[in-house]
Amino acid sequence: MRIVDHPILGKIKERKKVFIEVDGKKIEAYEGEPIAAALLAAGIRVFRFTAKEKEPRGVFCAIGRCTDCIMTVDGIPNVRTCVTPVRDGMKIKTQVGLGKWEQK
Amino acid sequence: MKEAEITVIGAGPAGLSAAIEAAKYGANVEIIDENALPGGQLFKQIHKFFGSKEHYAGTRGYDIGRKLLSEAENLKVVIKLNTVAFGVFDKNKIGLFDQKDILISKPKKIIIATGASENPLAFPGWTLPGVMGAGAVQTMINIHRVLPGKKVLMVGAGNVGLIVSYQLLQAGADVVAIVEAMPKIGGYFVHAAKVLRMGVPILTSHTIIEAKGEKEVESATIAALDQNWNLIKGSEKELDVDLICIAVGLKPEADLCRMLNCEFTYVPFLGGRIPLHNEDMETTIPGVYVAGDVSGVEEASVAIEEGRIAGISAAESLGYISEEESEKERMKCKNRLKAFRIGPFGSPRQEGKNKVFEEYKRRTKNVK
Ligand SMILES: Cc1cc2nc3c(=O)[nH]c(=O)nc-3n(C[C@H](O)[C@H](O)[C@H](O)COP(=O)(O)OP(=O)(O)OC[C@H]3O[C@@H](n4cnc5c(N)ncnc54)[C@H](O)[C@@H]3O)c2cc1C
Ligand code: FES
Repeated sequence: MRIVDHPILGKIKERKKVFIEVDGKKIEAYEGEPIAAALLAAGIRVFRFTAKEKEPRGVFCAIGRCTDCIMTVDGIPNVRTCVTPVRDGMKIKTQVGLGKWEQK
Repeated sequence: MKEAEITVIGAGPAGLSAAIEAAKYGANVEIIDENALPGGQLFKQIHKFFGSKEHYAGTRGYDIGRKLLSEAENLKVVIKLNTVAFGVFDKNKIGLFDQKDILISKPKKIIIATGASENPLAFPGWTLPGVMGAGAVQTMINIHRVLPGKKVLMVGAGNVGLIVSYQLLQAGADVVAIVEAMPKIGGYFVHAAKVLRMGVPILTSHTIIEAKGEKEVESATIAALDQNWNLIKGSEKELDVDLICIAVGLKPEADLCRMLNCEFTYVPFLGGRIPLHNEDMETTIPGVYVAGDVSGVEEASVAIEEGRIAGISAAESLGYISEEESEKERMKCKNRLKAFRIGPFGSPRQEGKNKVFEEYKRRTKNVK
């Protein structure tokens, strides 16, 4: 959910809208924001499943330290989505285990 | 471009203050930060700070960040953002990665002001999506303006837990409860009063025992603790929440000090293992300084003063300022620090710092 109005920070700034694709589904994002922020805003909280136990993981630290939020982005696995900004047309996939390099 | 004489790692209040001070005396300074925004923790802080005028009391955190930043820019400090310092080698070679290239910086002096990182807390279900660090939630709501959940359980009633709870309310979330394992609230009373006024219960001697959910957090189980920290059977309660925030303390982010083989000591009240340093903020490796949360987790006001001291010391060692003058300038900062480290919250920190200074003396005596 986006925090549009805020008692201290005021109205959210106008930013350029872009579209990204998450597991084949198109979602709206704002230029410059991290992938993780766009996904959380769209209500997506499960970013990947672990290699052995297939347990779900999502955002934990939001500052690039814990690597819990990694996904496959434009064919590149293990991208930390909390510190990687979105780009129009970016293709993002829920990652399973260590992920796979995909041909672009 | 001229090679920097001083490289400051971390552009939070400590790093910015250090750079400003050193540049003021004429040193050629660069600051490195892995974030896209400078200011460190300050940019997440939307509440008004307290303390004295020298510490920008009454000013919101992000405004302090902006002030420091423009001061640094006016002094021609080079600020490299989106750049991580991934290692330090041979005492003065800093490895940097700017998202494209690997660069090596070879300054004469290094000031490490990397701040702190959040402590995790392990319990069944702690890895589920929807369990997040309080700082992480703060980054999402105050910087990216995204709410990661609607009904929240906050774990920890220190200042961070209390402030982030209040900021979650401001962001439109419902904070169902704050649990605190200690028998009393750890943070300042004003911060506790703010959330209590909004009707948020603060349950002391309570802890989280499980996060439940199929794929993400759907509920949390909490329980009461007796005087010996044992769970009181039958006190378990299930709360309907979708976000669990962990605010159980911070620890110094001192990896770079470890790589440099700086000596450490253990001070629980300052966040755990602290790189040894003297009152001039120099570590056991000559020419390497620390300042701010990395030298003991305290507050922004302390980080600013420690940063100033580190900046003055580094400028002095490069010959930009006489020993006499730098001693005079440092004394002003030291006096303000002393005034800050009093009272029930401050004096244990002063004791902790004294231990660090004494240990530094003991371990460097035979070397020098
Ligand atoms: C919720 C909350 C409320 C607070 N309220 C107050 C208050 O009311 N009053 C007060 O005085 N203080 C307050 N503080 C504390 C204050 O924000 C911190 O003590 C202060 O920010 C510490 O400053 P610093 O410069 O040491 O570290 P930080 O502000 O954490 O800055 C460190 C910087 O270093 C960068 N960095 C780290 N490692 C690397 C690396 N390897 N390479 C490149 N860059 C790196 C980070 O990206 C970061 O920008 C609060 C803190 C929190 C979390
Ligand atoms: S959430 Fe920790 S690295 Fe992204």
